[in-house]
Amino acid sequence: MARVRIPPTLRNEVGGARELEAHGATVGEVIDDLVERHPALRAQLFQNGGLGSFVNVYLGGEDVRMRDGLETPVDEGATIILLPAMAGG
Amino acid sequence: MATYRELLARVKEEIDEISTVEAQERLASSDSPLFVDVREPDEWDEGHIPGALYTGRGRLEQRIEGLVPDKSRPLVVYCSGGSRSAFAAKALEDLGYEDVVNLAGGFSDWKRNGFEVTIPRVLSPEQRARYSRHLLIPEVGEDGQQRLLDARVLLIGAGGLGSPASLYLGAAGVGTIGIVDADVVDDSNLQRQVVHSTDRLGEPKVLSAKRTVEALNPDVRVIPYEERLTAENVDRILSEGWDVIVDGADNFPTRYLLNDASVWHDIPVVHGSIFRFEGQVTVFSPGHGPCYRCLFPQPPPPELAPSCAEGGVLGVLPGIIGSIQASEALKLILDRGDSLVGRLLLFDALGTTFDEVSVRRNTECPVCGDHPTITEYVDYVEFCNTPLQIG
Repeated sequence: MARVRIPPTLRNEVGGARELEAHGATVGEVIDDLVERHPALRAQLFQNGGLGSFVNVYLGGEDVRMRDGLETPVDEGATIILLPAMAGG
Repeated sequence: MATYRELLARVKEEIDEISTVEAQERLASSDSPLFVDVREPDEWDEGHIPGALYTGRGRLEQRIEGLVPDKSRPLVVYCSGGSRSAFAAKALEDLGYEDVVNLAGGFSDWKRNGFEVTIPRVLSPEQRARYSRHLLIPEVGEDGQQRLLDARVLLIGAGGLGSPASLYLGAAGVGTIGIVDADVVDDSNLQRQVVHSTDRLGEPKVLSAKRTVEALNPDVRVIPYEERLTAENVDRILSEGWDVIVDGADNFPTRYLLNDASVWHDIPVVHGSIFRFEGQVTVFSPGHGPCYRCLFPQPPPPELAPSCAEGGVLGVLPGIIGSIQASEALKLILDRGDSLVGRLLLFDALGTTFDEVSVRRNTECPVCGDHPTITEYVDYVEFCNTPLQIG
């Protein structure tokens, strides 16, 4: 099981939670598990069948794009951070 | 009991001396010794040997090991005539410095020979008082404070982030602060934009900020740019010699425009952004780390990227994030510490947590990568509304 940080712009889609638990052996499986339980997330995270390039996904402080992307293995208890850009100033 | 003359003669027998002519030759050589000036502060202020280290005779023993930890480093000690420095040279030898010589004839003889002299720029008594807490910090000190006074920082936005950034940079004595913002002060701004005030409603933000910052510190000159940053004016504004840019913009087109321009103008950007209870801060330094496009290749679709005007923001949040931006800007100017280059700091005020993630330069980045495909300004509004590609 992994913990997933939900950014403020996506909290409406998950009932306001700031962090959720999800299952999966890879980043992709964890996100799939999350999307299955909160289908409204799908449109916000995926574009044209893939993870949108405007959402950064970090595991262990590293961008998963620098590792194996959605195939990156997730250790038990790991924290995944979903991070879209914010423009506010 | 010895008289002063006897004591001086005795000390001079125990130390080595060097003539000013020989010292000048050694100063010009590749393995120049370190010159240590032990005179009074006002004598130093009137001129000293180039590159010399200043530490007054009174605190020499107390301070020298901190200033010169390597006791094998060759030292030439001088005062105005060679007497005070004789005692200083003896004290340094007693402290274990292995290669110490006294400058015979001192700085007076140096000047008589017409050798090069550095006249230090000095802080006024008012500045000494104002910046005393900076002068006490070894990482800032008088040299650092002069750097700050000489520095030029450009702020994009005089809003939530620009407010604390301009106040703290101004208070710190950053000599020139440019502020770019086309808006006027609105009553909905005052919950967080602390550089403005109720009596400024309707006033251009750049002029309101200028009044506040210049009133806080008369050493600071604020250059107002009452305009929105655009592809048309960005080259003009960025080419005015900025050391650091602090990005406190409130929209994606401006942030991508600023990114591209700062890469091409080779100016570091201290980036901050906020939404509700959360903030992000990092430093983009062209050639030394990633740029904004490496971090976020594309902006989110508008429905996923509400502004603070649409989604709200906790009033104090920009105070925290903007202050971190100011701190990073000061460190870049002072060239001290470890900046946030390559690290994105995430702050969550609800959980009171700081997280940090790595940001790496993308060699495929269209702007700062090895083979850039974007080499001139694009239509940033269109770019930020273009349907996204698969990531």
